[in-house]
Amino acid sequence: MTLLWGFLWGVAGMTVIAVGAILGVWWERKVAARIQMRYGPQQIGPFGSLQMIADVPKLLFKEDIIPDSADKPIFKYAPLFVFGPIAVSMVVIPFSAGWAPLNTSVGVLFFLAVPSIEVIAILLSAWASHNTLSTLGGIRATAQMISYEVPRSLAVLAIVLLAGSLRPLDVVDAWRWWWLPLTFIAFLIYFIASIAEMNRGPFDIPEAESELVAGYFADYSGMRWASFMMAEYGGMISASLFGAALFLGAGWPFTGALGVVALIVKTIALMTIVMWVKWTLPRLRQDHLMSFCWKVLTPLALVQLVIVGVVLPWL
Amino acid sequence: MTEQTIVNIGPSHPSTHGVCRVIVTLDGETVVHAEPVIGHLHRGIEKMAENRTYLQVVPLTDRLDYVGSMYANWAYCRSVERLAGIRVPERAEYIRVIVCELQRIASHMMGIGSTGADTGATSAFMYTFAQRDHVVELFEALCGARLTYNYVRPGGVSMDLPDGWVEQCRAFTAQHPPVMMEIDRLLFGNVIARARLKGVGVLTPEDAVGWGTSGPVARGSGVDWDLRRDDPYSVYPRFDFQIPLGEIGDCYDRARVRLWECVESCKIINQALDQIEPGSVHAEGLPRLLAPRPGDAYDHIESARGSLGVYLVSDGSPRPYRMKVRSPAFCNLAVLPLLAEGHTLSDLIVIIGSLDPVFGEVDR
Repeated sequence: MTLLWGFLWGVAGMTVIAVGAILGVWWERKVAARIQMRYGPQQIGPFGSLQMIADVPKLLFKEDIIPDSADKPIFKYAPLFVFGPIAVSMVVIPFSAGWAPLNTSVGVLFFLAVPSIEVIAILLSAWASHNTLSTLGGIRATAQMISYEVPRSLAVLAIVLLAGSLRPLDVVDAWRWWWLPLTFIAFLIYFIASIAEMNRGPFDIPEAESELVAGYFADYSGMRWASFMMAEYGGMISASLFGAALFLGAGWPFTGALGVVALIVKTIALMTIVMWVKWTLPRLRQDHLMSFCWKVLTPLALVQLVIVGVVLPWL
Repeated sequence: MTEQTIVNIGPSHPSTHGVCRVIVTLDGETVVHAEPVIGHLHRGIEKMAENRTYLQVVPLTDRLDYVGSMYANWAYCRSVERLAGIRVPERAEYIRVIVCELQRIASHMMGIGSTGADTGATSAFMYTFAQRDHVVELFEALCGARLTYNYVRPGGVSMDLPDGWVEQCRAFTAQHPPVMMEIDRLLFGNVIARARLKGVGVLTPEDAVGWGTSGPVARGSGVDWDLRRDDPYSVYPRFDFQIPLGEIGDCYDRARVRLWECVESCKIINQALDQIEPGSVHAEGLPRLLAPRPGDAYDHIESARGSLGVYLVSDGSPRPYRMKVRSPAFCNLAVLPLLAEGHTLSDLIVIIGSLDPVFGEVDR
């Protein structure tokens, strides 16, 4: 029974990500176009909203090119493990007060830990491509994603400390509006580290279109390439959802169905900020990225933890 | 010391500005050696010129620096005029100055924009390209072409300014400097961009002179050399303008010099539009088929990339005996190994962008 539910929620998570990615790509193209004084897609459907419906079959029917020198089994299946963990991690997100697909007592830990498997898959796909640019991208991605786990987890720890539980639903129940100013530094750190985790600008160093062409997925095409892109959007969706649920009080100030709507609005707002940042800022360099992580974000996250720890006995 | 990897950047790569191929030896992410490989766009333009009449060579020069075609047109025409002793009417000289300063803006918009694109700020690229598009539209109104103009001809220019063009041009120069200030804040005021550009690829003034660089690359290093002022040609002595200089010669200085040059170009255009007077735009009484006396001539102008010179040898026939182009982009690219060494791969891309090579001119 548990297995069946797990399977069903896995499928549901993938569907949410796939649909979310389709809408997300459309929205990002519109946001980017607005920033760059363009129109973006506008021919297919109202405001070009059906553009991605046209693009998905294109990706499905595209030739699946596998380089001769690639390590074929790994090259073929690595994209699955890039996309899979992100989809799985969606199950612990509290969509409203009292309801998460999987109500587990280690939900927060689960959400932070499972997507990390993506790193291995990225390194595998980069290595299997047998391409210097891909390999460089894979190595950059590994260093970056493992490093940014640290401030990200520390930031989430501040909220966990306040709520006194690793169960996401408990965190949502315990959340009060004045947590927002109290944990604002943690929220910022979580947000920045999440952008780095999903390899998006200004932290898109592993992809670095102008340097490494597309980095670790430079040799992929068709649906395999699309799974990398879905993982990117899936990461953006799940991180924004999780951030909105934990740091911004999920459905607050509403409850029930209206609360879910509020959560979705907050998520879309966070995603829009992610896109806005990407299309405005230049890319960091690898060494700047690392020193920013270890010299700025991690100490700041520790400071936040201390603040929460000092305030906690008085609550 | 880890095992060194050899990475091939280009000739087909998102940020090699054409068909630049660089063989990079990497130690981890650090560049040990970068070797530019040129010739992928070699079309033999100098040789082709030997089989065409003097007028037919002008469209070939369009294809040299395809981001700044007017410059090659003008440099070639100046050499022909010197060779054949043609006097150019004053109005034509003014028009040449105006279109070439516009061309400088168009070319620098490409250079600054790709500095942004190379660092990942693609929006800055779109903003500068919007500016470039205004210039290209002015050129389209002028001669019908958007990229290869064939506008400057031996003896003058191919046609006079169309009605309403001067007003359009004034409207452009009025809105351009504020946009440049905006780009300055957006791109060069940004913390990440400053970290990416400052101190990267430092070219010392000695090296800048020693390697024969010119234009914004040399001026970024503080070498105060601009042919418009130091070897005045055409009607440039009549204008009041500054030569922007960099301080330490890093990517930031080179890109920033370009930005200020655009503002100065607007000043020159405005003065030229004030001073220009009606008259003929082409020398009278030129033969259909130019056949200069045997001899040679060299003339150079300050193009967007530096000192662009054309050397012509005539044997008395209607075709040049030899044409040689002194290409600034070629000399500027030569310092790439010097600048890239010790920096990371990410910096290498920015350094290539800051040299702003155009491969039509490098390979010819």
